[in-house]
Amino acid sequence: MNFGVPFIILVVAYFVGTILERRHFDDIRRREAEVKNFPVLTFETLPTDWQVGSAGLATGSVVVSLDYFKRVIAGLRALVGGRIKTYEPLLDRARREAMLRMVERAKREGYDAVVNARLETSRLANSRGNGKGTAGVEMLAFGTAITLNKRW
Amino acid sequence: MILSNTETVPGKEIVEFYGVVTGNTVRAKHVGRDIMAGLKNIVGGELVGYTELLQDSREEATQRMITQAESMGANAVVNVRFATSSIAQGAAELFAYGTAVLVR
Repeated sequence: MNFGVPFIILVVAYFVGTILERRHFDDIRRREAEVKNFPVLTFETLPTDWQVGSAGLATGSVVVSLDYFKRVIAGLRALVGGRIKTYEPLLDRARREAMLRMVERAKREGYDAVVNARLETSRLANSRGNGKGTAGVEMLAFGTAITLNKRW
Repeated sequence: MILSNTETVPGKEIVEFYGVVTGNTVRAKHVGRDIMAGLKNIVGGELVGYTELLQDSREEATQRMITQAESMGANAVVNVRFATSSIAQGAAELFAYGTAVLVR
């Protein structure tokens, strides 16, 4: 009876987590289709036929947490080593969400492209337990948003 | 004040360098956010409370960097970079730094 409660939490975490994840991925795919024509470059050198009007900083960030089920699986993985496949979709979602927020914000503020886009990851530690354990992971996407005088 | 994470401001020319400017802020979470995060830790997904906390902190750190640049007489900060670190229990430091310049 004593391990009934964690088992229930595990089952709830698995089902709710999977549904939320699938819905989030559908949302991400729909938003990516909407900003398909917005150029994002990860380098500074601009194509020679681009004439820049104005420039500003564009940022997008998201903090994600791991659900209980994923952490249990990862703990088991830690015994034998290898790829932790349960974390990979989570970090993929976080990165794409951060990039989408940066692009959507740049678009909303009237810019035409983002150059020198960078992605940064930071770990947020738990407040209890002396900083052991991870409360969340922050993904930051930032770049320079520019307006172009020529449109194609 | 123009901000850019490239070495030059696209479309403009740098005429003077003023040096490195920085801005930082250390923020702690409050109990309310911790409890929501505790619940979210069961099902996973985005921690909206923390996202907003870090975004606000980033705005504040950036604003402090801009204020320092303005006091030097600059009108742009280039090569802006950010660093987030977990410092103490439940506190995160947001650090923004860049080079203050005069552009024309």
